[in-house]
Amino acid sequence: MMQAAFKAFVQKEWYHILRDRKTLFILFGMPVVQIIIFGFALTNEIKNSGIALIDQCHDEYSQALAARIEASRYFHIEHRSEIAEDADAIFRQGRIKLVVIIPPHFSKELGHSNQTRLQVIADASDPNTATTLTQYLQNIVYDFQEEVTGGSDLPFSIRSEVRMLYNPQLKGAYNFVPGVMAMVLMLVCTLMTSIAIVREKETGTMEVLLASPLQPYLVIFAKSTPYLLLSAVNIASILLLSVFVLGLPIAGNLLLLITLSLLFTITCLSLGMLISSVTASQQTAMLISLMGMFLPTLMLSGFMFPIENMPLPLKALSHIVPARWYFHIVKGVMIKGVGLEMIWKETLILVAMTMLFLGMSIKKFKLRLNEN
Amino acid sequence: MHTLRFLLEKEFRQIFRNPAILRMIFMMPVIQLIVLPQVADYEIRNVHIGITDYDQSSYSRQLIRKITASGSFELSSTPHNRYEAREDLEHDRCDLIIEIPAGFERTLVRENEATLRIAVNAINGMRANLGAAYLNSIIRDYNREVREEWLLLPRFSEKKRIEVLPRNWYNEHMNYKLFMVPGILVILLTMIGAFLTALNIVREKEIGTIEQINVTPVRKHHFILGKLIPFWIMGLFVITLGLLVARVVYGIVPAGNIGLLYLFGAVYLLAVLGLGLLISSIAQTQQQAMLIAFFLMMIFILMGGLYTAIESMPFWAQVVTWFNPVRYFIEVIRMVVLKGSTLQDIKGHLAIVGLFAVVLISWATLNYRKRH
Repeated sequence: MMQAAFKAFVQKEWYHILRDRKTLFILFGMPVVQIIIFGFALTNEIKNSGIALIDQCHDEYSQALAARIEASRYFHIEHRSEIAEDADAIFRQGRIKLVVIIPPHFSKELGHSNQTRLQVIADASDPNTATTLTQYLQNIVYDFQEEVTGGSDLPFSIRSEVRMLYNPQLKGAYNFVPGVMAMVLMLVCTLMTSIAIVREKETGTMEVLLASPLQPYLVIFAKSTPYLLLSAVNIASILLLSVFVLGLPIAGNLLLLITLSLLFTITCLSLGMLISSVTASQQTAMLISLMGMFLPTLMLSGFMFPIENMPLPLKALSHIVPARWYFHIVKGVMIKGVGLEMIWKETLILVAMTMLFLGMSIKKFKLRLNEN
Repeated sequence: MHTLRFLLEKEFRQIFRNPAILRMIFMMPVIQLIVLPQVADYEIRNVHIGITDYDQSSYSRQLIRKITASGSFELSSTPHNRYEAREDLEHDRCDLIIEIPAGFERTLVRENEATLRIAVNAINGMRANLGAAYLNSIIRDYNREVREEWLLLPRFSEKKRIEVLPRNWYNEHMNYKLFMVPGILVILLTMIGAFLTALNIVREKEIGTIEQINVTPVRKHHFILGKLIPFWIMGLFVITLGLLVARVVYGIVPAGNIGLLYLFGAVYLLAVLGLGLLISSIAQTQQQAMLIAFFLMMIFILMGGLYTAIESMPFWAQVVTWFNPVRYFIEVIRMVVLKGSTLQDIKGHLAIVGLFAVVLISWATLNYRKRH
């Protein structure tokens, strides 16, 4: 009896979802488009930065140095001049990140006193780009200097052999795809279910639900089941795209990755249910799940900003962001290829969160039941 | 004019009646503006390093001391062998591992050359790159010391040296918050503006009150103005609130003209509200509106240059960002607040955003006409 009612309920929800073609299209299309865009477009590598080169020396040496800078993929000389110019005016237009000034006596000093100076002014309104570009430029100048002096056969040389593990080509996608996966799943699932119950409240069909013989927990389960299926399709399409379009590895166990992704989906669905059962209108529910979840998920899950840099209270806060744990899991299983023994802690946390959210939403749902 | 006044009164009443929405408009930006910039710290410091010292010589110890004293690295483990080192990387206990081979000192002295092995966790490509660059420059410095010690080179003799004098303008203390706060303000403004307008009108559609307005003699442009003006005013209020928070909490005083910021903000808001209108004219339900808005917002935010530099993106992605209004305001607000750019510097941006506003609002209005 109960089983039949449950089945019927799931079917009803299913029809609701399938009927709304626009929403369905967005639900399936969104993750696909985003994985592709972000997989290819997002990189926190800094390259092709526009720089201005003020070459007051203008001879063989300075031109050789300029050629070296131009040849690097980090820099693109957008502005060249041979006379002193107002760097402030150049920066204010916003296209140029670095001004390199080769002073008039550059080569002469280098030839006579063996020592010369090069002035580099960075637009530090973006401190990260400024530091990185200055560092890159210093390396180029160092190489140039070695070339000029033939310094490579100096005695007592310490060489270093650097190996980039897990991501030898330093592709941005290795870091961003797990992050976008966490974000898309989190937001789509939370968003979808956050309005599931509140919508019934708003349209007045809640009364009917309350009058039905179904237990509250069954109502909640029945409401989430179709979304779980939809999310499974999303997980599949995201993984297929990551591997076949973006060329990401699945270094670990695929089954483990899928299972844990489903677990994360369930966590998000139950969070959505909780939001749905405590809010009064769809608008509020959606604003909470979007405004309240979007930026924090983006910023506290660790895929954009290193968690170790955060002040202590926020570090603590990041612990309650489910996406943080899932991001760690995906990175571990997908890219490093670790097994469950390395990520059991994260898995347990997600399980605990799910229980908590589900328990709270069932309880809240009951309270409403009593009130009515 | 008369009609418009009544419509405005109606809208304002509806907004102020709903405390949840009000909280969302005023509290959320303040809280997020206070909390999120604390997180947005890209600076690469505290890179966790693991050191395996097979040599245990005075040279190797000197090198280790130099690395740990540099301030960029934090010695977080001393694995005894490669297996342990690998495990430290897998567990995220270290970002990079340096291995000093046995006989390092002896080989360096006898054979004039010794090699260090460095393994970097490169999932986050930029962090890996910069970490390795820092480490290499420390090793290079150390190498110079060793040479000077052996060859008794006076500091600036035989060898030609080019000294790079780096200077950081606009943000001498390299405070990342100066860079992030204005950008986050733009994001919050965009989200509030687009979501609220989109939801507001779709809600009228969903609960059927739009039909009532349609049968009144209220003209279409009055209706649209009635919707736009309240949110436009609130948007300007959010800008004010945001600038105040920036000033009080972070001590950010715009270097440029505040009037210029408002001018740009006012035009920008028209574009954002136009976008909200357009979404609401396409969507049938609040759920659809929310999903479309979310989809666009995620692309706008992640491709707006807030977190990752636009010039590092592949060309096609840069083309996509041309159609992203968020990108222009983020650039402008950073230019004006940090560098004191003038109207002359931002007039191109202003024209483009103005064009966005005209196109989006007319498009949305046309869409409404069709339905009528």
